[in-house]
Amino acid sequence: MAKRIDVSGLTAYYGSHKAIEDISMTIEPRSVTAFIGPSGCGKSTFLRTLNRMHEVTPGGRVEGKVLLDDEDLYGHGIDPVSVRREVGMVFQRPNPFPTMSIFDNVAAGLRLNGKYKKSELSDVVEKSLKGANLWNEVKDRLNKPGSGLSGGQQQRLCIARAIAVEPDVLLMDEPCSALDPISTLAIEDLIGELKERFTIVIVTHNMQQAARVSDRTAFFNLAAVGQPGKLIEIDETERIFSNPSVQATEDYISGRFG
Amino acid sequence: MDISTQKTDEAPPPTTLPTPTEQKRAARGATRPGDRIFLGLSRGSGILLLAVMAAIAIFLTYRASLAISKDEANFLTTFEWNTSLVPPKFGIAVLAFGTVVSSVIAMVIAVPIAVAIALFLTHYAPRRLSGPIAYVIDLLAAVPSIVYGLWGALILVPHMDGLFGWLNDYLGWTGVFSWEEGAPRSMLTVGILLAIMILPIITNVSREVFRQVPRMHEEAALALGATRWEVVRMSVLPFGRSGVISASMLGLGRALGETMAVATVLSPDFDIHASLLNPGGGTFAQNIASKFNEANEFGRDALIASGLVLFVITLLVNGAARWIISRRKEYSGANA
Repeated sequence: MAKRIDVSGLTAYYGSHKAIEDISMTIEPRSVTAFIGPSGCGKSTFLRTLNRMHEVTPGGRVEGKVLLDDEDLYGHGIDPVSVRREVGMVFQRPNPFPTMSIFDNVAAGLRLNGKYKKSELSDVVEKSLKGANLWNEVKDRLNKPGSGLSGGQQQRLCIARAIAVEPDVLLMDEPCSALDPISTLAIEDLIGELKERFTIVIVTHNMQQAARVSDRTAFFNLAAVGQPGKLIEIDETERIFSNPSVQATEDYISGRFG
Repeated sequence: MDISTQKTDEAPPPTTLPTPTEQKRAARGATRPGDRIFLGLSRGSGILLLAVMAAIAIFLTYRASLAISKDEANFLTTFEWNTSLVPPKFGIAVLAFGTVVSSVIAMVIAVPIAVAIALFLTHYAPRRLSGPIAYVIDLLAAVPSIVYGLWGALILVPHMDGLFGWLNDYLGWTGVFSWEEGAPRSMLTVGILLAIMILPIITNVSREVFRQVPRMHEEAALALGATRWEVVRMSVLPFGRSGVISASMLGLGRALGETMAVATVLSPDFDIHASLLNPGGGTFAQNIASKFNEANEFGRDALIASGLVLFVITLLVNGAARWIISRRKEYSGANA
């Protein structure tokens, strides 16, 4: 439940292309850490190394260490499948399973993990949907397909699906970029509630969003197109947005480039 | 982009509302010559298709009615085909049974294997391997059916003894797999040969469908901690379900209508055999092919009547498949 992430010397490749280089940072439990930076700086790639999703991309490979509390996610004999059961993920575009009902979508992760009684499943589904602030909108149509919901509801359904398996960490890759402002607000409120229970990492292009939801912010940048992305600095969100210690961060935040 | 320049790119707002006729014309989109030509071509093709179907149906029905009206026996239930007797006696019971049974055997064998091959090619095999294998399967689809028939008669039939003996020893008590007589030129052999023949088309279409599965559906399963097989079960198979059904229907259509391969392998008779292993039986297409040349005018009409029944069976099967696909339309993934 809500573990600390310690990354050291992490480099990720797509084939021979180095996407991110030598990233080290600590992500605190029960807090929200936001990744910001210009497109192509590798923040999404870095996020996907935290649950070993990077390596499912053809040619994707990772060097370095990611410690979840004391366990190295890239250590010998660590099964990426079990890593992903501990580190949940929400994607840029809502992706509920289109052939499953709302109920089955939320229960999908549990069913992967083993056998549950119907009543146990119902309890977890209700709890997760309540946790994702979606219960009141869908409780009368749990057997309807998840793809019939609005975009914002679908994204909250995906969050419910991710938290149903009680992960240690929740990764969010631009979770609001396909949503309207009202749905975005609903997700941001939800993030504020979820950080009581989970370690949350969010990638966002929206700097106001980073400022609103996160406790700490990491700024990524790349020297030039084709160069690997690097971590420029990570600090308290308040400090990053008021008085960052690196000039490039200030330039990016004030809109002078990127 | 600057907002002010974006605005000027757009056409100025219309000062008057379009009249109803203008609206109608705009909605039908037929005002430009290109649109008109394309509309004419596509509508013409659609009408042509319907006209051809109707012409076939009318031709079959007319010629069939000539024969059936003179049939002294029940056309649907008689186990006999004697069109040169006076009065003639013929019925399609054996042919319908044989056609359905051989096609069902073919589907039962071919569909799971084809789906497995398609999954292997799209989700398991390394790219270096999947390209050449897919190419070979394309080649198999292009082999003429008489070649399959010759292969079946010369290679497959002589090698069926072992399987037939084994089935008879262990499952003979069921009656369905008992083997008492003759060379293995039976419905089971025909079904196996048909399975081999329809495997490439089902595999190819399924492979295309599985390749279309959106990456984000697979990542949704992966991110929940699904293994590769669980990704296939949660994302790939549900998404591909209707496509696999369509693929199977293509294969089934070929199996139902297959002529030369069946005629080459089967030793036909006009009886329904409980055992799939004993030789005998027949299919619509095989019966037409083997009798058409020697048949007189009336005999041909009778064969056409049997062809009409095959036509109806094919329509029913396709209708059933469409119904299965549409039943779960809201879950199809098309609206995701």
